Amino acid sequence: MSLLKHAARTFLLSDFVKAMWLTFRYMFRPKATINYPYEKGPLSPRFRGEHALRRYPDGEERCIACKLCEAICPAQAITIEAAEAKDGTRRTTRYDIDMTKCIYCGYCQEACPVEAIVEGPNFEFATETREELFYNKERLLKNGDMWEQEIATNLKLDAPYR
Amino acid sequence: MADLLVEFFQWGFGVTLVPWLATLLGIVVGVLVIALPLLLAVAMSVYMDRKVWAGMQMRRGPNVVGPWGLMQSFADGLKLFLKETIIPASANKFIFLLAPALTFLLALVAWAVVPFDAGVVLSDINVGILYLFAISSLGVYGIILSGWASNSRYAFLGALRSAAQMVSYEVSIGFVLVTVLMTAGSLNLSDIVMAQKGQWFLFSPLLPMAVVFFISALAETNRPPFDLPEAEAEIVAGYQVEYSSMAFALFFLGEYANIILMCAMVSILFLGGWLPPLDWAPLYIIPGWIWFFGKIFVMFFLFAWVKATVPRYRYDQLMRLGWKVFLPLSLFWVVLTGALLLFTGKIPV
Repeated sequence: MSLLKHAARTFLLSDFVKAMWLTFRYMFRPKATINYPYEKGPLSPRFRGEHALRRYPDGEERCIACKLCEAICPAQAITIEAAEAKDGTRRTTRYDIDMTKCIYCGYCQEACPVEAIVEGPNFEFATETREELFYNKERLLKNGDMWEQEIATNLKLDAPYR
Repeated sequence: MADLLVEFFQWGFGVTLVPWLATLLGIVVGVLVIALPLLLAVAMSVYMDRKVWAGMQMRRGPNVVGPWGLMQSFADGLKLFLKETIIPASANKFIFLLAPALTFLLALVAWAVVPFDAGVVLSDINVGILYLFAISSLGVYGIILSGWASNSRYAFLGALRSAAQMVSYEVSIGFVLVTVLMTAGSLNLSDIVMAQKGQWFLFSPLLPMAVVFFISALAETNRPPFDLPEAEAEIVAGYQVEYSSMAFALFFLGEYANIILMCAMVSILFLGGWLPPLDWAPLYIIPGWIWFFGKIFVMFFLFAWVKATVPRYRYDQLMRLGWKVFLPLSLFWVVLTGALLLFTGKIPV
């Protein structure tokens, strides 16, 4: 009996028919993927994307050139040079991040005592050349200005859990 | 066609054509009328394949280039066209470049005998089915030449697999064809279609043979679940691994043209070609070629559907299915069909 049943199942391709029916039904299911460039998935406030250097609301740079981020960076992607500014404070003259070395671990923003260097929510910064990924201070400050609102919101949202 | 062209030139340009020139022109026009829509169909079928595959995996598939992504294949083609042709240093250059051209050419020439409607066929030869069988068997040369000429291990393995696989499944395809031509009583494709008037061979004792033919067609065109020659997980892309640019595009076009040809063959042999499903007058209002294309479309959907459903066979399973299941089954069916025709007195004269 079981032999007959097995033979019938083999020759009627019933397993295949069942599988085909399954895939056919799945074709009409809602899509699991999103329409990426036009639709985007949700991001956590803790998302670690492209770096940015922030300013205080009065436009003063937050970074005090303590070099903690440079020291902690496991990929050694950050290079900082510092000098005394006109008002007698210590400021960076150079703040470079090699984005091709960066592993997006977020240690730099953890180390920063003044919340100057942060990883923002932007992840779409692909470039056509390598050189464009060697960020300098100017570029990082520009990022900070551009993403300040989102970064500030994210920091506020995440604050209760820190 | 030739007479029509003579008349057309007489009427349009006031030129009288020499008979042989008219015949030649007629053939060229006929070839273009078949080949250009075929290439368009290939582009669209690649798109459809990807769309169906994506749909069954709950993805969206190509949807950016053109409306609903319809232009995706053309964008891909253009990209391939603009890429650099890389010929491996140790490859046999002539054969390396001959192989894709051969694959593409053979996929196109097979269409010469395919009847699109009653009398609409480029060359209505009496051994059409043998011609198709011969051409699809030659297809293996493109693959084995590419695998050998690439001088690469992966390509060679893929070519070996492909050659063994295609030879194995051709045997059962041959026997399936024998059952069909015994029932139809002709090797001419138009006659085979006309023999199915009123009743397709699909709804006759030939049904199991239709299934065997379809599965063998999957193997013959190296489609999943029989895509061992490509097997991207084991031998990256088999015989295609060293190819780039237009050479790769030719392989790709040839492959899909072959798939559409196999769909057309299933339609002609078992689904009554250009005939409507019932021999009922109102159904004949729809032109025959629309029925034919509809059937090819459904068959292609089935090809894509199978691709999305079943996992790849292991090589020994593939050989077992070909030699230990399909061959005895189709051989048995040849005898059975013969006996059936003899005892019911339905042997076509």
